[in-house]
Amino acid sequence: MFNRFGFLASAEAGASPVIPKPAEIIVGFVAFGILFMLLRARAVPRFEKAYKDRTEAIEGGLARAEVAQREASEALQMYKAQLADARGEAAKLREEARAEGSVILEQMRATAQEEATRITSAARSSIEAERQAAFNSLLNEVGAIATELASKIVGESLDDQARQSRVVERFLAEVEKSK
Amino acid sequence: MHTLLSQANSGFVPPSSADFDFAPIFGNSILFTKPVLLVFFSVILAGSFFTLSARKAAIVPSKLQFAGESIYTFIRNELGRDVIGPEFMRFVPFLFSLFVFILTNNIFGVVPLLQFPTMSHIGFPIGITIFSYVTYHYVAIKKHGLKKYVTDICFMPGIPKPVYLILTPVELLTYLVTRPLTLSMRLFANMFAGHLLLLVFTLGGEYLLTSGLILKFLSLFSFSFAIGLSFFELGIQALQAYIFTLLTALYIAGALADEH
Repeated sequence: MFNRFGFLASAEAGASPVIPKPAEIIVGFVAFGILFMLLRARAVPRFEKAYKDRTEAIEGGLARAEVAQREASEALQMYKAQLADARGEAAKLREEARAEGSVILEQMRATAQEEATRITSAARSSIEAERQAAFNSLLNEVGAIATELASKIVGESLDDQARQSRVVERFLAEVEKSK
Repeated sequence: MHTLLSQANSGFVPPSSADFDFAPIFGNSILFTKPVLLVFFSVILAGSFFTLSARKAAIVPSKLQFAGESIYTFIRNELGRDVIGPEFMRFVPFLFSLFVFILTNNIFGVVPLLQFPTMSHIGFPIGITIFSYVTYHYVAIKKHGLKKYVTDICFMPGIPKPVYLILTPVELLTYLVTRPLTLSMRLFANMFAGHLLLLVFTLGGEYLLTSGLILKFLSLFSFSFAIGLSFFELGIQALQAYIFTLLTALYIAGALADEH
């Protein structure tokens, strides 16, 4: 049933199976030769082409990715440099502003100092003038008052301590009132 | 088992090498026997499969291309590049065809309806062994020159002189006789024995089926065995195709090597 399906095995007992039939050697040789030519011409080059194309596609992709990567890192480098520049610029500006500010502050302080000195000295001189005026007027008044007081003391009895002090008080009250 | 069956019923004829002989299907021409037709069928089958598979050569392969390319890549890299080395690309078409041709013809052994491994006829293995034989000698002579090649085989360098008495005949025998003989014999014998084994269980099962009731049950085991062995055979068929190709690649690699 097995190998007999469709084709009949010959009934007669053939030669030993290890004795080759020349026809089969030739058929095997020719058949393989045909297959070899066919595959060498039609299959192998096409498979190799697919292989090569694929390798190129993958390597091309890798190369493109590499270029993109390099560009990206260059851009990043540039932005970083720009950022650093901007930072430096800002710091410089800040530094300048600070210096300028301190100069202005110094000037203002000096001005204020000057003004204060001026005001102080003006006040001082006016106080001095007033004091001088007061001193002068006091000098005159003290003289007159002393003279008056002395005359009053002389006019009163001087033996009574209480009276003496009353006189002085009264005098002072008069002075106070006359003012 | 045969003797047992023969005793039980002398009607059973165990399979023999005669089951491997086929009468011409029509006419008297030897070109129209089943094995010969199967061999040519294998050329058409394998040739058209791989031609179609490789036709588009797309970067992203279709299923068909992937199937063909997997086999091609396996032979190209495992047997070509890894065994032969830098010059492997010259031999890839040969190794690839060799593997495909043997594999297809072997697998015919378990394909329903075909069911005959053509390599179980020793003529076919011999036919392709001629290719291997000529190739590895030709490659070596072309690479080293005939004189150096023969000298290297006969007088392997770095060996004490008396050893040549034994070594030289052995080496000559290996290169000229043993290698092609074992190459074709191994393939033939494996396929022959495998097919015979399947015949025993299948024909045995068939015979048991026509016997008494209890023996009818036994035929179930016989057929199960035949089916199990078919899968086992499939493994052997692929393995033998691989071994034949591997050894050819090794012989070529040896021919290309500087020292023999």
